[in-house]
Amino acid sequence: MGLGAESSFGDSIITTKLDHAVNWGRSYSLWPMVFGTACCGIEFMSVVGAKYDLSRFGAEVVRFSPRQADLMIVAGTITYKQAPILKKIYDQMCEPKWVISMGACACSGGFYDNYTTVQGIDEIIPVDEYVSGCPPRPEAVLDAVMRIQEKAQRESVLDDREKRDHKGFLDA
Amino acid sequence: MHKNELLINSNEIRNTISKLKNDGYSLLLDITAIDYLNYPDTTNSRFAVVYVLRDHTFKKFITVKTFVDDATLTVDTISDMFYSANWAERETYDQYGIIFKGHPNLKRVLNHHQFKGHPLRKDYPTTKRQICTETESLMDEMNPLLESYGYTKEDHEDLMFLNVGPSHPASHGTIRNFVAMEGETIKACVTEVGYLHRGFEKSCETHTYSQVIPYTDRLNYCSAILNNIGYSKAVEEMLDIEITPRAKIIRVIIGELSRIIDHLVCNAANMVDLGGLTNFWYLFTPRDKTYDLLSKLTGARLTNSYTRIGGLEFDLYDGFEKDLDEVIKEVEKGIADALSLVEHNKIFLDRTQDVGVIKEDFAISAGITGPNLRAAGVAFDLRKNAPYYGYENFEFDIVVGSHGDVYDRIMVKFEEIRQSIRIIKQAMKELPDGPLNVDDPGVFLPAKKDVYGNIEGLMNQFKLTFEGIKVPKGEYYGSTEAANGELGFHITSDGSGTPYKIKCRPPCFYSLGAYARIVEGGMLADAIVTMASMNFIAGEFDR
Repeated sequence: MGLGAESSFGDSIITTKLDHAVNWGRSYSLWPMVFGTACCGIEFMSVVGAKYDLSRFGAEVVRFSPRQADLMIVAGTITYKQAPILKKIYDQMCEPKWVISMGACACSGGFYDNYTTVQGIDEIIPVDEYVSGCPPRPEAVLDAVMRIQEKAQRESVLDDREKRDHKGFLDA
Repeated sequence: MHKNELLINSNEIRNTISKLKNDGYSLLLDITAIDYLNYPDTTNSRFAVVYVLRDHTFKKFITVKTFVDDATLTVDTISDMFYSANWAERETYDQYGIIFKGHPNLKRVLNHHQFKGHPLRKDYPTTKRQICTETESLMDEMNPLLESYGYTKEDHEDLMFLNVGPSHPASHGTIRNFVAMEGETIKACVTEVGYLHRGFEKSCETHTYSQVIPYTDRLNYCSAILNNIGYSKAVEEMLDIEITPRAKIIRVIIGELSRIIDHLVCNAANMVDLGGLTNFWYLFTPRDKTYDLLSKLTGARLTNSYTRIGGLEFDLYDGFEKDLDEVIKEVEKGIADALSLVEHNKIFLDRTQDVGVIKEDFAISAGITGPNLRAAGVAFDLRKNAPYYGYENFEFDIVVGSHGDVYDRIMVKFEEIRQSIRIIKQAMKELPDGPLNVDDPGVFLPAKKDVYGNIEGLMNQFKLTFEGIKVPKGEYYGSTEAANGELGFHITSDGSGTPYKIKCRPPCFYSLGAYARIVEGGMLADAIVTMASMNFIAGEFDR
């Protein structure tokens, strides 16, 4: 016996647009793959903590498994030594997938303008949402998650999502 | 002018260090090099290597410097005398290209192996980046290691080689451990770091002394303020200025608060690795409360940049004491709740006791400091052994363990939180009134009314902002007790407003250097718990 709307609908059939149903499902069950390397990774722990509670957005399943995840959150500085690993993990994620670049380092290298730091992860992988801050407050990350949800709502299953023309310095 | 205490010939290194070791200098804190290429004074040669050692009473330290022959760039290794020298020498080779003769495996440790050149040399351009495409097999380290344990090439078939990291949920940051296993038992382990090496030391050389403070935040981002304090204190000692009594006590209070949140994060994460997620919520709630207080005080949650050279950015706000009381109550409740779940829990005890044991003499040889060393039974705490900011006036205990296992490290951290609360309570009672910052136009920015009100103030502001604080020429090592142990800064000044060179002595770097030997012989699952209990912070060991 259901407790919500399903209790009054019983086993009847509901018709809706396929896009609508799929997008609804996708946007409220995001599985983040957190690529946490540094300070932002610690702040991300606050985002999933009791106070900010990422679960409210249906995105609490943080399992560090790229093959099951559809939302990559790059939280922290990416160095040249780390870059091939980030690329590999991004490539391992199945479509559809989105990327949040969390914090100054991931977006632009931050104030590490030196020999070792990649000046923004968009030099390697495509990015959907950028979050400013060093590190950003947890609210800002939640905001980015909501924008990803909106993005997922606007898409159509008929479109080929693979057609991305992003080319990074690690692409052959 | 500050100088390194001992200046010796490079061929006397082994004799001198071994004599010092016999005289009781049993803890090798750090090794670094200085490149004098652009230094205003003429020196014997371009490079000098500096060794920092601490004696067995932990009260005194000594710095030893030797100039390296320009033609050979070679000095003798001391890695057979001190375990900690292994990685320290590798780092000096990586960053400066100094060759340590006799080192068992002199290769890069922070930069990727495809990297060409030595980035901390003065003639390496700060922004010259090099793309890395290949990962290292690490078999060059694994093969000799297995051989030394009596394995032949044929035995390799029976071993399983496994990478834990560099991106692994249980590795708490970007550490790569390459292990050879027999069944579930780790027979040999090799650690690779450098995945978060973001050029802290090179960036320091292009910023003024004050601009370095935000960089120190990001060393150990779990207790940013303790890093701020450690760095500011070292620079203040070079400038020979005494900060005001009020600033000292506020630094103590906020510093201890940072230590509390650092230990909370470490223990919370550790217990998640043990499978107890509830502890995470119990310990993170007071931590978030602390962050609310810190953001009210400093304007930032995690990376506070709270100290200034010569004082602090802000004074305590109205109602600080009330907020602090609430935070302390929450912390006490949090650890009581968390302990109530694990204290008498058979699974917890079985998984932590006699696991990841660090022996006392190995810990000293490996340069391990802080809670990890104290858990092994060594009562070394700079707040007691070489007190600063009036720590000698507070009543608190050094917390020591008896076994040096994971259990001890967790419990030492819990007890240190209680001791920090004791210190904070005493400090709040003694908090003196009076000025917050030093009144020295050469060091501290003028009041805003002077900047906008008179030409001297305006010029003073401009001078300090553009040129920086002029630190007297010299070389100096200053250290404090940070959350993970002795945090030291070896600063070389050429007399200008920009540091000529800063070398940070990160406590984690040496703990992590020892980690591989600690987990060998144990189970893989225990290695994960051991790692969490030793509190490796990637920003700190990789810088």
